Amino acid sequence: MLTRRLLTSDWGGTFVLGLLVAMLIAVPIANLMVPPDSPYYLSSYWVALLGKFLTFALLALAIDLIWGYAGILSLGHGAFFGLGGYAMGMYLTRQIGEQGVYGHPVLPDFMVFLSYEELPWFWLGFDMFWFALLMAMLVPGLLALVFGWLAFRSRVSGVYFAIITQALVFALMLAFFRNEMGFGGNNGLTDFKEILGFSVQARETRVALFLASGIAVILGYLACRYIVTSRFGRVLIAVRDAEDRTRFSGYRVDHYKLWVFVFSAVLAGIAGALYVPQVGIINPGEFSPIRSIEAVLWVAVGGRGSLFGAIVGAFAVNGAKTWFTVAYPMFWLFALGALFVLVTLFLPRGLVGLFRRRREGES
Amino acid sequence: MIRSDTSPLRQWLRRTLSLLTGVLLLLALPTVAADAPGESPDQAPGAPYADTTDGPSVDTLIRELPAGNFNDRRRVAAALAAAGDPRVADILAALADGRLLATGDGPPRILIRDADDREAGTDAISGEAVAADVLAEARRIPVHNPLRNALRSLVAVAGVADARPERRIRSLSRLIRDGGNPDLVPFLEERLDTEDDQRASDLLKTLLALAHLDTGDEAARIEAVATLRGSLLPEARRALAATAAEDPDERVREAAMEAVEHAESRIRFFRFSENLFFGLSAGSVLLLAAIGLAITFGVMGVINMAHGELIMIGAYTTWFIQTLIPGTLSTGILLAIPAAFVVAGLVGIAMERGVIQFLYGRPLETLLATFGISLILQQAVRTLFSPLNRPVASPEWLSGSLNINPVLSLTWSRIYIFVFAIMVFVALILVMKKTSLGLKVRAVAQNRPMARALGVRTGWVDALTFGLGAGLAGVAGVALSQLTNVGPNMGQAYIIDSFMVVVFGGVGNLWGTFVGAMGLGVMTKFIEPHVGAVLAKIIVLIFIILFIQKRPRGLFPKKGRAAEN
Repeated sequence: MLTRRLLTSDWGGTFVLGLLVAMLIAVPIANLMVPPDSPYYLSSYWVALLGKFLTFALLALAIDLIWGYAGILSLGHGAFFGLGGYAMGMYLTRQIGEQGVYGHPVLPDFMVFLSYEELPWFWLGFDMFWFALLMAMLVPGLLALVFGWLAFRSRVSGVYFAIITQALVFALMLAFFRNEMGFGGNNGLTDFKEILGFSVQARETRVALFLASGIAVILGYLACRYIVTSRFGRVLIAVRDAEDRTRFSGYRVDHYKLWVFVFSAVLAGIAGALYVPQVGIINPGEFSPIRSIEAVLWVAVGGRGSLFGAIVGAFAVNGAKTWFTVAYPMFWLFALGALFVLVTLFLPRGLVGLFRRRREGES
Repeated sequence: MIRSDTSPLRQWLRRTLSLLTGVLLLLALPTVAADAPGESPDQAPGAPYADTTDGPSVDTLIRELPAGNFNDRRRVAAALAAAGDPRVADILAALADGRLLATGDGPPRILIRDADDREAGTDAISGEAVAADVLAEARRIPVHNPLRNALRSLVAVAGVADARPERRIRSLSRLIRDGGNPDLVPFLEERLDTEDDQRASDLLKTLLALAHLDTGDEAARIEAVATLRGSLLPEARRALAATAAEDPDERVREAAMEAVEHAESRIRFFRFSENLFFGLSAGSVLLLAAIGLAITFGVMGVINMAHGELIMIGAYTTWFIQTLIPGTLSTGILLAIPAAFVVAGLVGIAMERGVIQFLYGRPLETLLATFGISLILQQAVRTLFSPLNRPVASPEWLSGSLNINPVLSLTWSRIYIFVFAIMVFVALILVMKKTSLGLKVRAVAQNRPMARALGVRTGWVDALTFGLGAGLAGVAGVALSQLTNVGPNMGQAYIIDSFMVVVFGGVGNLWGTFVGAMGLGVMTKFIEPHVGAVLAKIIVLIFIILFIQKRPRGLFPKKGRAAEN
């Protein structure tokens, strides 16, 4: 029953999941088992890059869930992504320990540099992995809960919601740029050494992180799929298409919106937590509004309102970005800008809309 | 060499030295200037300054400068300072800088080497230019640090007698900063009789009052307190506070205490005015940045994420025009205003016809498309010109500031931008209320099908409206080019603020935008002194987020049928 509901009723999704699983099997083999001189060898750079794309795909899923299915456009999902990233970054920073430049047993380098006497209270507990992971979900979730509760209760929606989420992420960026916040200010957190006792640079660790990201995307996809095919999901779609009518039919629209928003924020937080050990840095730049808008573009390119489309979009846009910034660095912004314009004008249903039959349309 | 001295040691040193100078001045005057060693100073107050005929002439004194040791030199310098000769201030300043030279043989010629050009100089006595070779052979008249410091004060004393009022004012301010000097009292009282410049005379009174506060009898002290009561100078306040705490007489203490409170309440008022001015100035920048968006977003409902880039285009137009006609800054700026309006307006119309017109009714898609356009515009500027900031010059009349009193001074550029923002706003209101275009814009915004049915060419009106909003953003760019760096990313700094202003004020309401901009500007500037600039900004952002929860449609929501959607 569940298999049919989650997989076989959506062939596109199943296909993309199949590709993901194939990638999760092929990449570790190509990296760890194939000898480096073989044409099938995949370097660790590619493993980390694909791992990064996977975390972006998870973020895109989170955005698609609320934008595509509940009609909530958040231009501030970078806030949740970044907070999750900072939680993981704090764990990784605490793991540096005495290997730091100043060799202080407890305080991170930047705190020694800024002559902190002791660890600020909000850094306590981040030497434990499970605690950091919990925080990576809890903090974004709580922020989304408070923010969403305020916003949905007073029926802030559509464009207004988009703009205040942008204000939220902008305010966070300004706050994290401040040294006084105790998160490393401008430089953020970096120079990580170990995760769970393994070196973050090691090939095996990278492959493990890649696998973890892939599994997170698959689980995230299945969870989102479960939500949108449930009764709850049907109400969400009703909210998206006719909010007032749903409200008049007796549904507490704000509750539905709030819970899907919080779930989406938690997903984004997990994506951020997986992202940081793979790129090795987290800084306030993750909170810049443009990053959040870019993430919305992944969804738009892939196909809003189709969960696997978000995954496709994240890979397509970031793949193009990686290729462009190497081949034609001058033209990347032109290409990205044109992509925004062309997709909204000609591909309202994204890339997957090209392959989908019209009658199946959900939007 | 005059640094802002704050360390206690330097303050102590300065105080001691100025005291020393005063004492030496008194010692020196009778002996050198009046040539009457037996006279005590209070018997002939002021006499030596007015009359130099029976002492050695100023010329003779100048010639005596190289002779003797440092103490002799100080005595001569003191006599010179009191002589009231307009040449003296420059000579003493040159001596302190080590630019005063003396020729070696025969009766010495005293030369002043130019401060900027080592090869040039003038004769100290005649004021004629001196040939470079004479200058090269002349010897520097030596000074050491105590003498140099004494000279600084003497330059100020000499400056009090200068013929030029602005020089007198500067010297008096310097003396006030050095602290009241009782020994100068007779000299200053005499100056007060002849002083005809109002500001200089006020400063003289302040200086005298400061001196009396230290040494006068009870009545004089009370009078001094009354004089200082109205002064906003920090020195006057400090002296009053010291009097309020330490004066032996209770009546003086009470008067001083009252004066301190009076001064502080005035300062609070001026600080408040200053904050208010800064706030209104920040508000006018916000208003300029947001006013175009009030049209494109507020009236038309287009989430124009490229708004910041239209501002940037306006700023680049300013730069471009300045490069085209260098040398005429004022004309350049004035020309740039219409030019920026046209250029940004045309870009806006192209955007509307090319992309936005296909997306009406899909605001979130418009947001993404215009964001794409903003990236393209940024990169286009980066490719066409340079990724670096462009230098935009400001005309003379935009620099400097209007000094109202020691506590309150307003920069001209901010005053002009405030006035400019108001003018742009009024012009926009007039266009919207009084012209046929404005009428059509409002009609289309209120009821598009009905407007079309009545023969309004809605497509054309859309394009022009968007062009108007874009053009206003360009005009804002001209003003902002005078305040901040002009670079490809400059638009990004304004986009979020602009949206906040429009949303806060109420979408579709120009007055809301005005009140919103000014309100947010003033609010930021009143929070800033307490928590710093960044935190103030964060607080304002959070305030807006919460405010939107309370009033989702802004300060002044649209009412009636037009409010739907």
